[in-house]
Amino acid sequence: MGIGPGDPDLGALALAICVPIAAAAGSDLLAWRGPVYILAGFAGIVALGLVLVQPLLIGGYLPGLSAYRGRRAHHWIGGALAFAVVIHVAGLWITSPPDMIDALTFSSPTPFSPFGVVAMWAIFAVALLALLRRRLGLRLRTWRIVHIPLAIVIVAASVAHCLLIEGTMETTSKIVLCALVLAAAIKVMADLVWRKRTLRGEGIARQ
Amino acid sequence: MTTVVLNRRNLLAAGGSVLATGVLASGVSGLLLPARAEGLAPTESMSGGANNYRKGAAIVERIGKGGFWMSGTVRRAGDGAPLAGQRIQIWAHTVEGQEHEPQSHGATLTDKDGKFRLEMPQIIPIFGQPHGHLAYDSGEFKTVFLRPVMRSAKETSLEAHFVLQPA
Repeated sequence: MGIGPGDPDLGALALAICVPIAAAAGSDLLAWRGPVYILAGFAGIVALGLVLVQPLLIGGYLPGLSAYRGRRAHHWIGGALAFAVVIHVAGLWITSPPDMIDALTFSSPTPFSPFGVVAMWAIFAVALLALLRRRLGLRLRTWRIVHIPLAIVIVAASVAHCLLIEGTMETTSKIVLCALVLAAAIKVMADLVWRKRTLRGEGIARQ
Repeated sequence: MTTVVLNRRNLLAAGGSVLATGVLASGVSGLLLPARAEGLAPTESMSGGANNYRKGAAIVERIGKGGFWMSGTVRRAGDGAPLAGQRIQIWAHTVEGQEHEPQSHGATLTDKDGKFRLEMPQIIPIFGQPHGHLAYDSGEFKTVFLRPVMRSAKETSLEAHFVLQPA
């Protein structure tokens, strides 16, 4: 993938992630929250930022990164994403154990909770499978069949989870970040389908 | 072709009238049953309602410095009669403390009309929703935990209504 005027550069990416974090850091609600709860909330925002980075890395849309480097970074960021989710859930558990238990058992009254829990399990599943991929001898084709649906679940559920929460995130920056996450995921999926078609020679055969 | 279309229409019309009669009949029979018209169903506990509950919060004039009003009614299941002198416990994450902290809890009694009203500090969003907690847990009636959600975090009052059934 070449770098065109529509492709994101690192500055824009940094802004897309840092602006919502900075806006949340200015929230009035922080005054009435303990440090563990604050940490848990920000771990969630960081996790959403990493969900934006992932498709950009694997799609090769970030300038200055070779395909190999992009893939390596995708692996590490995937690990960081799983870690951020662990901090998010553990911090919320410490803050209010009964609310977290409700969420994890899908018996929470809050509509966003099941989306968050589904995204969490999908993230853990991908991370675990990625660790075991070589040992399991998964070929690229098989890996994609597993990873792509889970990636779609992660993106869709994370965005739904985030949008439905009334918390420290400022509304506009939250919506923009969620839109970018969706756009990046759709772009990488579309390119993947397009590349596959071109490889199969369907595009040429039709002409 | 025409006959087929007509037949279909006839069929649809017939089906529709059968449906309509069915709905009407059940609706009318529902209205005619006096027990169903009068019987006020008991309130079910809400999921998450009992979270961070501390049994036996003291009856107070006001929780903390106040500024926010929690109100509601307590009635008896079946006939809907107001229940006076019932103890309702209230707690929430407010500007003066987290949900589990003792200073965030208090209780009040219903008046002769079964109404209650307790001033408390401003509720703020916690766990993604601005919400309060209320409990009836005094033994005479079955325990009920409620968890009403505010339509907006800017609101300065919240209501919750109990319909209790004998324990």
